[in-house]
Amino acid sequence: MIALDAEVTGIEKPDFFFELFHRYGARGAQQRFFLVAESAGAIVGFILGDVRDWEFGSPPCGWVFGINVQPGARVAGIGSKLLATICDGFRRAGVGKVRTLLARDNSLVLSFFRSQGMVAAPVIPLEMDL
Amino acid sequence: MKLQTGTSLALFSVLEAAAEIWRPGLAADIADKYGVSIHHLAKVLRELGRAGIVEATRGVGGGYRFAGNAKRLTLLDVISRFEEVTAQPLDSDGSATDVGRALGRILTEIDETARATFGSITIATMLKLIERERHPASGPSPHGPASTAGSAVSSTAPGRPPGVRPGRPAAS
Repeated sequence: MIALDAEVTGIEKPDFFFELFHRYGARGAQQRFFLVAESAGAIVGFILGDVRDWEFGSPPCGWVFGINVQPGARVAGIGSKLLATICDGFRRAGVGKVRTLLARDNSLVLSFFRSQGMVAAPVIPLEMDL
Repeated sequence: MKLQTGTSLALFSVLEAAAEIWRPGLAADIADKYGVSIHHLAKVLRELGRAGIVEATRGVGGGYRFAGNAKRLTLLDVISRFEEVTAQPLDSDGSATDVGRALGRILTEIDETARATFGSITIATMLKLIERERHPASGPSPHGPASTAGSAVSSTAPGRPPGVRPGRPAAS
């Protein structure tokens, strides 16, 4: 996963992924999801998410905070399968809404989520320089 | 935000053409459906043809058909052929003032969001949304089951769906 992420983003983040695997990969983590797609014994994609309760004042909903499919394995439905599987997990956790957050210029992944039926949420992310 | 008439007509034309296999009289039907002259529509279609988004068909009942890649072509690609989707400076002498510049920042924010939205929605996604409008009771998800040939999903979460292999135990 570290290598796959680095291939796409250009930044290797071993500490981030080890920490995530420790927190999200544990069996029995009812509201945390750490899923990988395998093809011929190799990891070709992953999706990360969790259920957050009342964050930003919103009723409990599923959040996808990471998704990636190896460039050579794209356009084969792997991303769709990953998203569908995590959404099944969110439903089993009792929530009826899934959200994500993306950079405005990330057209590729924005288009993917749009193609899966996602629309603009009634929230506005804000930031400022510190 | 409001699109110009020609831009709206271009979007109507592309989506109508992409939604069905070419048939004679399609252009005339679109002109009739959207209340525009066939002459106005022809001008729009010529521009879309120059962009390779539609192509003319010849012979008896000739017309046009969708020629783009519906999974790649976005609304922004079509709109950009007819108008700019970029931040426009305030149309007044006050645009260079501190107030004008502050207002300009807000307008830029709005335009950048609009541009990102148009750029993220493909024609294929629009066709799903149109189908959903046509059959609003068909359910919340406009997409069908995904193709999963050659891949499997492993999960470390409980309650895995059938056919999904368990992941490795978490590192301690």
